[in-house]
Amino acid sequence: MRRGRFTGYWLMLPAGLWLALFFVIPFYSLLATSLFDPEGSVLTGYSVDYRFANFVDALQQFWEPLVRSLWYAAVATAICLVLGYVLAYAIAFKAGRWRTLLLVLVIAPFFTSFLVRTLSWKLILADDGFVVDTLQFLQLLGDDGRLLATPVAVIAGLVYNFLPFMVLPLYASLEKIDGRLIEAAGDLYASPTRGFLKVTLPLSKPGVVAGTLLTFIPAAGDYINAALLGSPNQRMVGNVIQNLFTSTGDYAAAGALSVILMVIIVALVMLYIRTAGTEELV
Amino acid sequence: MSLAADSAAHRASDRSQGEGRSLRLTALTKEFATFTAVRSLDLEVPAGTFFALLGPSGCGKTTTLRMVAGLDTPTSGTIHLGDDEITYEKPYRRPVNTVFQNYALFPHLDIHENVAFGLRRRKVKDVDQQVQEMLSLVELEAQARKKPPQMSGGQQQRVALARALINRPEVLLLDEPLGALDLKLRRGMQIELKRIQTEVGLTFVHVTHDQEEAMTMADTIAVMNSGVIEQMGSPAELYENPRTTFVANFLGQSNLIAGAVSSTVSSTDGDVVRVDMHGTQVSIPADRAHVRAGDGWVGIRPEKVLIEPLGEPLDAPGNHLTGGVITDVSFVGVSTQYLVMMPWGQELMSFEQNTGRRPVLATGTKVDVSWRPEFAFLLPASQDVNAGVVEES
Repeated sequence: MRRGRFTGYWLMLPAGLWLALFFVIPFYSLLATSLFDPEGSVLTGYSVDYRFANFVDALQQFWEPLVRSLWYAAVATAICLVLGYVLAYAIAFKAGRWRTLLLVLVIAPFFTSFLVRTLSWKLILADDGFVVDTLQFLQLLGDDGRLLATPVAVIAGLVYNFLPFMVLPLYASLEKIDGRLIEAAGDLYASPTRGFLKVTLPLSKPGVVAGTLLTFIPAAGDYINAALLGSPNQRMVGNVIQNLFTSTGDYAAAGALSVILMVIIVALVMLYIRTAGTEELV
Repeated sequence: MSLAADSAAHRASDRSQGEGRSLRLTALTKEFATFTAVRSLDLEVPAGTFFALLGPSGCGKTTTLRMVAGLDTPTSGTIHLGDDEITYEKPYRRPVNTVFQNYALFPHLDIHENVAFGLRRRKVKDVDQQVQEMLSLVELEAQARKKPPQMSGGQQQRVALARALINRPEVLLLDEPLGALDLKLRRGMQIELKRIQTEVGLTFVHVTHDQEEAMTMADTIAVMNSGVIEQMGSPAELYENPRTTFVANFLGQSNLIAGAVSSTVSSTDGDVVRVDMHGTQVSIPADRAHVRAGDGWVGIRPEKVLIEPLGEPLDAPGNHLTGGVITDVSFVGVSTQYLVMMPWGQELMSFEQNTGRRPVLATGTKVDVSWRPEFAFLLPASQDVNAGVVEES
């Protein structure tokens, strides 16, 4: 088949259009919003007057939920990594014929809506629910202690909701590891623990990097878990942005905060990829 | 070989002479859910020898090797190194290293670190120095910082060898290490491996399905079939005096002709068994007759079978068959391979060196066939005449 000089570009066209329509234009719109004159309102209209002070204002006013978001997302990602690694390892190396079933079970929660699942956690962690009752009975929780409206509940919700995003890339990279390499490590005087640290773990690094990114990024921007399982004290930056956009109507502040969150996440991700230094991502 | 390589080799041999212990397998058995891979195997590999486990795929040779390495657990039986039992010792505690079939090099580590892996796990000092010496032994000093996927098959094979050898194991296990190489490279590596083994003086146990490879390299070969050892001995011993039809066919090729023992005759040179072979009496030295009465297979290697056109003189004291017709001639340069149809309807193979003594014979030529009695052997008729026949590919 003959190929014209421009075939490659033609083939890029659909993806390019898609990106333009659903990324470049909304992003431009967001950026413009973040530079609105904050005096504007639905009634008086809005104007872009390049108010970079919006960013400073937003940081000053909302640094607390912003830091909290990054902190909750980091803790949730760390917990997901530990739980997810154990699960993915078990599925990849120990599950035998149950492997497919277990993978389906990992994905199964996606068949129900995110919102419904998080609402059910509200019931599970409710003040008179069996989890709280049991913890109170075991004296792990005070008599008027509760789980809802605590950081524990919000982080637990994040872990629950984003665990599959950790497990799947980890599984994919663990499953690719040639079992003979682990045998070879054992043959070369590495105990199972050393063999894991020196062979299995480094070889699964692409999965670790992909999994942590896929967990951390959405978790940092999430607001459902904080809204349903937390209280205003566990407010995350997503809740603030949502509130500014939908209730307060302070579009300029909401836009500025969105851009700040995006910049911080992109910076963190780049730093992370540079230090984790993977050649092949996923 | 460089001086550094010699010194690495020298040091290894010093050590092995001090600690060399023989490897002994006793009644070793491995059963899997559906079949028995290794059946009550008894084997002793003397320290410092090059030992080959030879057999077709699925004969249990790799399973045996894996049990010695500690990668598979025997169902019963014991493995000893000298006086120490290592049957259930963890693989990382055995003074045994393996060169894996597909090398199993660590793709995330460079060549230097691959070779250093075993030493680092044992917290040995001056690792870098030793790695450099070992890499020069296998002539890969210049590639030390490359990653395994950047190297050719032959180079990877040498890295795998260096990675195992640097630990100076008491026994080095080689699992079909040359299987993935092309023919020419394989022949080169065979000589190289044998040379390294001689230099370092370690015990090598080499698993292979390639009989030529086993014969080229090993001091002792154990031919395995269906989980048991059919016969063990030096390459020449196995080739010249096979005890089973499997060995006769798997190690080289053999003409196996049905016959019946008629008598045993004593002579000054030792007893001779007389066999009636389709009406012709042939004699076989008693120590090469593995059946003394009844029916048997008379075996003779193709290169021992001489043919001459009808009426020409033949070098055949005692065994002389007549009435053959050449049905096929394959000229392979150094030799010519004939198929000769005998009166009883069997085609015999005859390989003849192309010495130029006489022209290559044509198909259809009537020939006499002979062989010297001391080259023939006699196997029990109960054995399958086609056991171990290697399909020409």
